[in-house]
Amino acid sequence: MEPAEGTSRRSAFYETRSISRDVVVPEYPELGLIAFDSPNDPEPSVRVEGGRIVEIDGRSETEFDLIDAFLATHGINPTVAEEAMALDDITFARMLCGHDVPRTEILRLVEGMTPAKVARILSLLSPLELMQAMAKMRARRTPSIQAHVTNRIDHPLLIAADAASAVALGFRELETTVPVLRDAPLVALALLIGSQVPAPGALTQCSVEEKTELELGLRGLTTYAETVSVYGTEQVFLDGDDTPWSKALLASSYASRGLKMRFTSGSGAEVLMGGAEGKSMLYLEARCVAITRAAGSQGTQNGGIDGINVTGSVPNGMREILAENVMATLYGLESCTGNDTQMSASDIRRTAHTLPLLLAGSDFLFSGFGSIPSYDNTFGASNFNAEDIDDYLMVQRDWGFEGVLRSQGDDTLLPLRRRAAEACRAVLDELDLMTFDDAELERVVTAHGSLDVSEHQTDETARAGDAIIEREITAVDVVRALSIRGFELEAERVLEMTRQRLFGDHLQTSAIFAEDMSVLSALTDPNDYAGPGTGYRPAPSRLEEMARVRQERSHVELLAEQAPHAGCVVLTETGPAAVRPRPDEVVVGISPAFGVDVWLTLSGLTVGEALRQILAGIEEEGVAARVVRVTHSLDLGMIGWTAANLSGSGVALGIQGKGTALIHRADLPTLANLELLSMAPLIDGSRYRLMGRNAARNARGEKPSPVLLPESGEPMGPRYHAKVVALINRESQCLRHGDPQEIEVTWPS
Amino acid sequence: MAELRYPLGQHNRADIRSQTGKSADGLTVADIRNGTITAADAAVDPDTLRRQAEFAEQGGNPQLADNLRRGAELALFSDDDVLRFYDALRPGRSSVAELQGIAAELEAGGAERCAALVHEAIAHYSRRGLIS
Repeated sequence: MEPAEGTSRRSAFYETRSISRDVVVPEYPELGLIAFDSPNDPEPSVRVEGGRIVEIDGRSETEFDLIDAFLATHGINPTVAEEAMALDDITFARMLCGHDVPRTEILRLVEGMTPAKVARILSLLSPLELMQAMAKMRARRTPSIQAHVTNRIDHPLLIAADAASAVALGFRELETTVPVLRDAPLVALALLIGSQVPAPGALTQCSVEEKTELELGLRGLTTYAETVSVYGTEQVFLDGDDTPWSKALLASSYASRGLKMRFTSGSGAEVLMGGAEGKSMLYLEARCVAITRAAGSQGTQNGGIDGINVTGSVPNGMREILAENVMATLYGLESCTGNDTQMSASDIRRTAHTLPLLLAGSDFLFSGFGSIPSYDNTFGASNFNAEDIDDYLMVQRDWGFEGVLRSQGDDTLLPLRRRAAEACRAVLDELDLMTFDDAELERVVTAHGSLDVSEHQTDETARAGDAIIEREITAVDVVRALSIRGFELEAERVLEMTRQRLFGDHLQTSAIFAEDMSVLSALTDPNDYAGPGTGYRPAPSRLEEMARVRQERSHVELLAEQAPHAGCVVLTETGPAAVRPRPDEVVVGISPAFGVDVWLTLSGLTVGEALRQILAGIEEEGVAARVVRVTHSLDLGMIGWTAANLSGSGVALGIQGKGTALIHRADLPTLANLELLSMAPLIDGSRYRLMGRNAARNARGEKPSPVLLPESGEPMGPRYHAKVVALINRESQCLRHGDPQEIEVTWPS
Repeated sequence: MAELRYPLGQHNRADIRSQTGKSADGLTVADIRNGTITAADAAVDPDTLRRQAEFAEQGGNPQLADNLRRGAELALFSDDDVLRFYDALRPGRSSVAELQGIAAELEAGGAERCAALVHEAIAHYSRRGLIS
């Protein structure tokens, strides 16, 4: 079809790209669709009278909304406020990124700042400066990572098995949620069991409505909570069915039972709920983060979250997201940094969203990496999902940043998944909640996702969930059931999570349990980054672990395919090669290891077959052919040129063991050629034959059309270059001084 | 009593007791199986939370410390009470009188900080016209 008048085929092509499915908008400050510095943002200000905060960002005490009032009472430190607010924005921005001012001094000053002040300072930082601030300011030295573990049918055994897989991969917090609220207790119980199978200490949560979530925690079926949402305007806060005071009491309720808890916020939420009051996203998020600190939450999950696609739709949206993450650290909070919602249909764009944060590090790089397939993610697809684990591990290997995950094969995962599914099945049976047969258990163990298991009646899970609530089943009942059914290790580990509540160590900022049950928190493992040579660095053993990915192949493995083809052609050296014995010939120059140590070209043809086709092509044109081995060079140009200088016609065809071939002529510079087929993986037998014919026609003084390779958009380098290097190494081991050798070619019968 | 150092689970494992006087290692799988231990034996003691509040304060976070002290107060209330107090503070759930009743209940149970939080809420909810 012809392109429409005034349009190109190129622009029609652009419409087919995944990025064209993303829709973005210009800034609309009146709707809050602006990342930084809305014209409606207030001027930063504070007034202290008699040790009390009586003005915040242009509003006096009598005009305070609920958020201002809570910050005035519990948030902004009146003893630091005047000093902090008097600091020049750019001066403080520089203190933030540099290595001269310690983290603790930044924290002291931010205690006295208002939301508008903090937002304005962060708007001054470039992406790189935000990364520097993040590296310096995050609370815990050792990064960690959280997984989503969900499935679309709330299958409890699959939850347990996937929880075990997630912990084996390195996740230390597991978050689940349910499409059917009544399923929540059952799913939380399954997650708790599965999470303790590979190693002790992973924390688990079930994200549901605030009161139900608290109830699950009180029963010990979850070990932390995160969906404690706060918002940046009073109206949206109330629409979210809470106030700063109810949220503060909720935080204390979790503490009262020894449960870890963090708040959640994130830009875009106020816009989505129609109540941004024309303010910028970063300013509203500053109010959220300030409330989070003021209410005594040890940490926050922020950085877009459910609103990421709103923030992503405006200019500078991703810089705003990173600024939010940094903001959490400025308030001394545990930073659980989003990346938990797919922000683009484009793989490039969604990766670009996450990479700067990964390189900078945070307390939890993801507040939900989808450890399950995207179709099973009942939060909606995460920015990275099970489909992307190998990509993530490879990027971690490339950069050597601490991405916290490790590669695991089926040899490790399958036994853990089986154990988790069996333990969960036994508990559900022992507690008279649900039963599963062996066939279903097998399906769960090997499943990629819920499409691979049976669709049970969802009402069954809901009834089991109801029973857990009605019969007041707690973690203690889970321990008993595990023990009765012989899962002593898991019983002990679930009990240890209950025992930890007696200590409350994990209530401190950024606390997690390592796999040896030691507590890593801002108190035991404070971030001490202060420039090169300081802060967290992966240990050598960890770098080793990061290097081991599924796609890694040793040279021995890469070359294993060569040996079976040894002897596919017999190439016998008969003495020094003759020089121009007759004018009507083409010389075929072969590389040092061709048919010696290298037997298979990159396209999968044997070297014997490639040579046979070349010789046949020359013969078809009625030209004589001779084979010589060039021993002193593995460079294809040099091989072809050396052969051309031995050829009576001056024309030669050169070929390496990996299959790369060219046609050369004696009067050309060494590195020139008449034709070059550089993409060895794409050269099939018919093309080698055409190369032979073209060489012969060149020898006769004709100018044949060059041989074309098939079109291919596949990048050859990443797939073949490891093998190329292994093959070139073999060529180089066959190098020797001396003249080219005449070769007698025989074919095994 | 031994000096309590953070993390308590590492330095004071034997010193910390639940509200019913159980040590962590006294909570055994065997006792759970024979029914001599229940969920109530795994309740954190208010004094432990107060000690954690001191750690938080030393770590530079007085708001986290306040939260842990409020948690210490709530530790002695039942699950149902805790759920009820939270619910009462949510928008549109309670009248001034009902919140005053909650505050009185908290005070009677020794939860002065939580009661103060409720009194604050009453003042600001009233000022913003959320309750009457």
